[in-house]
Amino acid sequence: MSAANEAVVSQAPHGAVHRAAHGGGHAAAHGSRKSYVIGFLLAIALTVVPFGLVMTHSSIGTPLLIAVFALAQIGVHAVYFLHVDRSEAQRWNLTALVFTAIVVCIILGGSIWIMHNLYVNMMPGMMQGSIG
Amino acid sequence: MTTGTTMAHGGALAFEPGYAGPAEALRDLRPAGDAVDFELEHHADTASIAQLGFWIYLMSDCLLFAGLFATYSVLHARTAGGPQPQSLFDLRYVLAETGFLLVSSFTCGLATLAMGRRSRGATLGWLAVTFVLGLAFLGMEVHEFAHMIADGAGPGRSAFLSSFFTLVATHGLHVTCGLTWMAIMMVLVVKKGFTPSTESRLSCLSLFWHFLDIIWVGVFSLVYLFGVS
Repeated sequence: MSAANEAVVSQAPHGAVHRAAHGGGHAAAHGSRKSYVIGFLLAIALTVVPFGLVMTHSSIGTPLLIAVFALAQIGVHAVYFLHVDRSEAQRWNLTALVFTAIVVCIILGGSIWIMHNLYVNMMPGMMQGSIG
Repeated sequence: MTTGTTMAHGGALAFEPGYAGPAEALRDLRPAGDAVDFELEHHADTASIAQLGFWIYLMSDCLLFAGLFATYSVLHARTAGGPQPQSLFDLRYVLAETGFLLVSSFTCGLATLAMGRRSRGATLGWLAVTFVLGLAFLGMEVHEFAHMIADGAGPGRSAFLSSFFTLVATHGLHVTCGLTWMAIMMVLVVKKGFTPSTESRLSCLSLFWHFLDIIWVGVFSLVYLFGVS
């Protein structure tokens, strides 16, 4: 911090120092109006397009497209609304987020994989066969 | 938060040996000595620790929803001869619900920006708009549930419907908690104004609300769009 900045902080009355300290933090933590507007517009687009695809019954790889749009929208929300970035202040938030994302993938992927295998290998027909 | 902490620290750093010169001259201009610095630093630290703690809670909540999403993914085809997703869900209705929640997420962001500007009226105004939109979302969801149950498609009908109601109602319950919290925060802002405590809580509320919108993106994509497509 330069001497000039130092002087500004030092000369300000209590309330102003307080505000400067908190205001600085909030500017970093809350983003700007511009970032909210960009995020909002992107989110609208990423919501309306998959709804439109399904409602108009266009069947060109729809399930995959829905997943891509959902992941993109989650990313947009995280960056523009939750303000996740790679700054020093956000490091632990990002660490926790990445860890959570990995666990979520394991829970979702693992459950679907295991239950699909179970279903394929223990078809209702086979069950009835063994009982009957 | 870094900026705030650095500013609060600035005074103390200036008195270290080897940093004489301007610092010596500035000493007399400083308002009330180290006690103020300590207090500021303390507030800034408490606020950022609260934010991180709340973030960790959100991540654990995310795992709760991951479990419910996994359950739904596994059971969504087990309709037991009951109604199928295609015949139950009206996408136009869901799109309106989604719109309400998305706009409310945006207005919640505007409320935090207004808080950053220290504008009490604007903060309360945007919070009220967010509250009304959230209430509209919740009303639509309750109406949808009531309609389904009346049509014999209640949570007891099939495994698909059990997992559907558990997932969507858990999200709805979170929205209800968020609305209650928002009402309390509006009263607090009216009564106390912006204190470090109300600001920290409002920031957490805003994180919570944006988080619920992210979960809803998962719900409408996996449940409604996949279900109907």
